[in-house]
Amino acid sequence: MSANVDIFERNVADQTEALRDATVGIAGCGGLGSNIAVSLVRAGIGRLILVDFDRVEPSNLNRQHFFLSDIGQLKVEALSRHLTAINPDVRIQSHPERLDADRTPVVFREADLLLEAFDRAESKKWLIEAWCVAYPDRPIICGNGLSGAGDTESLHVLKMGPITLCGDGRTDMTIGLSAPRVAIVAAMQANEAVAYFLRRHLARRTATEREREIR
Amino acid sequence: MIRVNGEWMEWTEGMTVQDMLNRKGYDFALIIVTIDDRLIPDDEYDETRIPDHADVKALHIHHGG
Repeated sequence: MSANVDIFERNVADQTEALRDATVGIAGCGGLGSNIAVSLVRAGIGRLILVDFDRVEPSNLNRQHFFLSDIGQLKVEALSRHLTAINPDVRIQSHPERLDADRTPVVFREADLLLEAFDRAESKKWLIEAWCVAYPDRPIICGNGLSGAGDTESLHVLKMGPITLCGDGRTDMTIGLSAPRVAIVAAMQANEAVAYFLRRHLARRTATEREREIR
Repeated sequence: MIRVNGEWMEWTEGMTVQDMLNRKGYDFALIIVTIDDRLIPDDEYDETRIPDHADVKALHIHHGG
């Protein structure tokens, strides 16, 4: 089935054009990754590269975008189905594999931007380093501190060069993970990605207009 | 002088990333560091020298996703 209706009619000006040709990588399809992917597909992202080795478990359903009928399935496969049910035209490349630092630049070679959505801090660190060493000019947007409930006012965005960190910058998952707070941070990451592509689109358009003026 | 996470810090000739982390008492294993918006990988902390007037950021990474 193809979307014969304009699902992006209510988008922000230029957003649909800015995202149509954009490719994002999502490392991890759990609490952050599944919610980021849903947000970006609704926003109009053209292409996604999804990586996760894991299968859906009952304990995932308290915060991840999966359903009881997905239990036992590969997360990348179940998520791809849910995403194409929102927009059948989205292009998805799925990698059901355990990522490492060496594979990161290979798997995400065609990504304009990477969204970090891992559980463990050790994995977040090597992912950020592998990405920034391989592609120093491409952004990476990470989740950093999203455990617990409430405390919405502590969630913020921090930028350090190509790295954007979203979260409270202090909580650890030993205190538990709650659907709304995980989804807020996922939405903050997706929002930063949309903003990046909008800025890129407007910069390219300005450059083209200048070229025309010069001619 | 350099700035570390927005705070001024005295700069010394030959100061490495590891020296800065030691002086600040940042002993977390899971930290990411940028100098003037460029990421410095973990295995380069001992050899990378921080230039005077640099803008350094060093942030702790947390579990959860």
